[in-house]
Amino acid sequence: MYKIEKSRLSELFAAIAAQEDLFLPIKKCDQANYGLWTEEAEVDLDTLKTVKSPKDCFFPQSETLYKCKNEDGKLAIDPAKLQDKPFVVFGMRACDVQAVKVLDNVFLNDPVDSYYAARREHGILVAMACHEPEETCFCKVFGIDAANPAADVATWMVGEDLYWKALTEKGEALTKLVENLLTDADEAAVEKEKKQIQAIIEKLPFSHLDLSVFENSELMELFDSPKWEEMYKPCLACGTCTFVCPTCQCYDIKDFNTGSGVQRYRCWDSCMYSDFTMMAHGNMRTSQMQRFRQRFMHKLKYYPDNNDGMYSCVGCGRCVSKCPASLNIVKVIKKMGGEA
Amino acid sequence: MQVENNKEFRPKIVAFCCNWCSYAGADLAGSSRLAYPADVKIIRVPCSCRVNPMFILRAFQKGADGVIMCGCHPGDCHYTSGNYYARRRMTLLFSMLDYLGVENGRTRVEWVSAAEGVKFSTTMNEFVAKIHSLGENVRLEDLRCKN
Amino acid sequence: MQELVKRAKELLADGTVVRVLGWKQGDLGYNPEPAYFNSEEELKDFVYDGFCGANLSKYMIEACKMEGNTLVFLKPCDTYSFNQLIKEHRVKREKAYIIGVGCKGTLDIDKVKNAGIKGIESISQDGDTLKLKTIYGEKEFPFNDALLERCTVCKGKTHQVYDELIGAAEGEEAGPVGNRFEMVEKLEAMSPKERFEFWQGELSKCIRCNACRNACPACSCLKCVFDSNQFDTAQKANVDTFEEQMFHIIRAFHVAGRCTDCGECSRVCPQGIPLHLLNRKFIKDINEFYGEYQAGEDTDSRAPLTNYTFEDVEPGIVVERGQK
Repeated sequence: MYKIEKSRLSELFAAIAAQEDLFLPIKKCDQANYGLWTEEAEVDLDTLKTVKSPKDCFFPQSETLYKCKNEDGKLAIDPAKLQDKPFVVFGMRACDVQAVKVLDNVFLNDPVDSYYAARREHGILVAMACHEPEETCFCKVFGIDAANPAADVATWMVGEDLYWKALTEKGEALTKLVENLLTDADEAAVEKEKKQIQAIIEKLPFSHLDLSVFENSELMELFDSPKWEEMYKPCLACGTCTFVCPTCQCYDIKDFNTGSGVQRYRCWDSCMYSDFTMMAHGNMRTSQMQRFRQRFMHKLKYYPDNNDGMYSCVGCGRCVSKCPASLNIVKVIKKMGGEA
Repeated sequence: MQVENNKEFRPKIVAFCCNWCSYAGADLAGSSRLAYPADVKIIRVPCSCRVNPMFILRAFQKGADGVIMCGCHPGDCHYTSGNYYARRRMTLLFSMLDYLGVENGRTRVEWVSAAEGVKFSTTMNEFVAKIHSLGENVRLEDLRCKN
Repeated sequence: MQELVKRAKELLADGTVVRVLGWKQGDLGYNPEPAYFNSEEELKDFVYDGFCGANLSKYMIEACKMEGNTLVFLKPCDTYSFNQLIKEHRVKREKAYIIGVGCKGTLDIDKVKNAGIKGIESISQDGDTLKLKTIYGEKEFPFNDALLERCTVCKGKTHQVYDELIGAAEGEEAGPVGNRFEMVEKLEAMSPKERFEFWQGELSKCIRCNACRNACPACSCLKCVFDSNQFDTAQKANVDTFEEQMFHIIRAFHVAGRCTDCGECSRVCPQGIPLHLLNRKFIKDINEFYGEYQAGEDTDSRAPLTNYTFEDVEPGIVVERGQK
C-alpha cells in the first residue's frame, strides 16, 4: 500500500502521461466525462459519476473500422490501426470496472472483437473507491463492493491523501513507473474508509432491491408479463439510458461518404431507436413497448441466462439520474418483483 | 487527390441557382463571354425555395468554402412566392451560422434575373474574392472529408 | 394536489374522460414520471410538485390517437405547446379535457446536487426553502436557486388553452423575471472566434441520444430526417467536428417559428447543453426581423416561416449587422 498527497496528484498524472495515454474524468463545460489528460485539463475526481461511463475508453461511441478509396482505378482499403500502446484509465468506480467485465463476456468470447480486445490488452484500470455513494447507486444489489474496486490498481481518497494499491501484474508495472512519487503507507486509514463506505451503502434506498424474480421465473413468463405494457408509456424513445450506460454494448455499422472515399465506422446504437436491428425485411420490434422490454429483459434475464447469472446491470444509477421521463431500471425491478 | 501545400489556395464554392432566373443568368454570362472563376460549381434547383438548410450545411461538410444562393428577384418568382420564403429561411439560417461563429461572409444570397449575365459574373467574381480572403473553411468542416 | 385528484376522480366517474394524464410519484423525492391513470384506484400515486417538469403536451400526441377522451394537466407554459400542436394538427382539441394547473416554477435537481447535497432521500418544501433529508444529514436549499433556467425567465402564468383552472388565477403575473435573451445577447457581442469556441465546447458534449428531440413538443414529425436510412442524414456517429453541429442547427431550424420556448430540450439534455440558446436566437431574430411572435399563443395565425411580406429584410442583413 502506497499513498500520495492529493495536492501532488497533478505530478502523478504528468508522470503517467509522460509514458502512456491517460484518461480520467475531466470537467468540460460543467460536465465531467472521461477524456485524455493534458496539462490544461480540469481534472474532476469529486464528481461521483461521469455523465458517460469510461466504456468509451474500450468501446468508443464512434470508431472508424476502415477507409476505402479509389487509387488509380483500384480499390484501396486502409484498415484502422489496432491499439498497440498501453494506456491508463484513472478514477473508474467499482461499478464501471464490473461493467468492463460485462463487456468482456460479449466482445472477448468467440468471435473475438479485435478492436476491443486490443484496447483491453493495453488498458490499465486504476479504480477509485466511492467516498460518498449517492442515492441513485445500487451496485450492492449486484454484489459489487464500492469500497473494494477490483481493478489493476485500487485507490482510496482519504482526507488529503490518495492511497494506492496494485492488485494485478499490470497494476504492479504501473506502480513501478510512478514509484518515486509514492510513499509507503499502512492500511489502517483505508480500512476505516472502507467500513464507512460500506455503512453508507447499507443505508442507500436502492441497496436492497430483490432480484429473485429474475432468477426464479421462466423467461417467457417475464416476457409475456402484462406489466411491460403498464410501464413503458412514459418512455420517450430517446437513447439517453443506453448511451450513459456502462454495459450497453449494441452497435451499428455504417458507411460515411467522404466525397473522395468511404469510411466504414461503427457507433453505439440504442435498442430504444426505431431503426434498431433494422433488416431487409423490416424491423422485428415494431412498438416502443417491445423495445423497452428488450432493454430490460436483456439486462436482467437474457444476459444472465447466457453468462452464469452475471447481470448486465452494475447499478451505477446513471440512467436513474438521466432519464428525461424518470423511468429507470430500478422502477422496472421493483415493478416486476411485485412492489407497487 | 493530394493537394500540395505550396499550391495556391483554390476555394471551393457552391452556387445554388434557380432554374428560371439565375441559371439562365449564368447561361447568359457564358454566352456573352463574361468570365467568372471556375471555383464556382453551380447546382441547379427548381426554385430558390427548394434549397433546404441542410443543402447548405452538407455543402460545407463536403468541403465547400463558401455557399451562395441565387434566385429570381423578389416579385419575379416563377412560382409566385418561392423566393419570399427562401429569403426568410436564408436570413435566419445565415444569422444562426453567424451566431455559431462561422464567418458571415461565407454565405450569401443574390437575386439574379435571366437578363443579368453581367450581374451574375460580377457577383461570382466578388464572392470568390471574398472567400479567397477568408481562406479555407475550418469552423464548419467535417474532418472525415479532408483528404 | 388533493383538489386535482378529486376533480380527476369526478371526471373519470362521470365519463367525461376515460383516462388521466398526469405525473406519478417516483421512488426518490425528485423523480416523478409522466403517467396515465385509468381508474380512481390508480390515482393514489398521483403527484404534482416542482419536479413535475415534463411537458405533457408531447404525450398528448399519442393520447389523442387513443380511444376516448383524456384529462390532461397542463402548466401555463405547456399550454403554449398544446396550442401549437393544435395548429399543426397533431392533437385534437376535442379529445382533451385540459385542467390548467398553477405553477410555482419547476426545479432542477442537478442544481441541488451540484451544490454538494448528496444522498437525497426525501424532499419537502417549507415556504421558500427546500428541506432535504439525506443519508448525510438534513440539508436546506433555497427554492429559487433550484429553479430551472426556463422558470427564471417565465413567459407568464396565463394558460393559453384550458377547460378549467385549478390552483391558478386568470391573468396572474409571473413575478420578477429575467430577460430571456440575456445570454443570446452576450453571445452576439462576442467575436466570431469566441462564439465558435463556446459552441464547439458545448456541442462536442452531445452524445446523440436524441433526448432533446424526443422530449420536444415541436418535434412531432412521424419520421425524423435524422432517423431515415434513405439519406446520408441518419448518422449516429459521434464525431466532434460536424455531425453534432449539423443535428442541432437543423433541429433548431426546423422548430424555428414553432418553438414556444418551453425549455424541455435543455431540461432533458444529459450533458447540460444549453440548447434553448439556439432556439432563442431564432426567436430573437424572428422578433427583430418579422415582428414580435410567440408560438402557441393562438391556433390560427401563420407562423413566421410559412409567411412573408414584400418588404422583408434581405439575408445580407447578417453581414451588415455584423459590421456595426
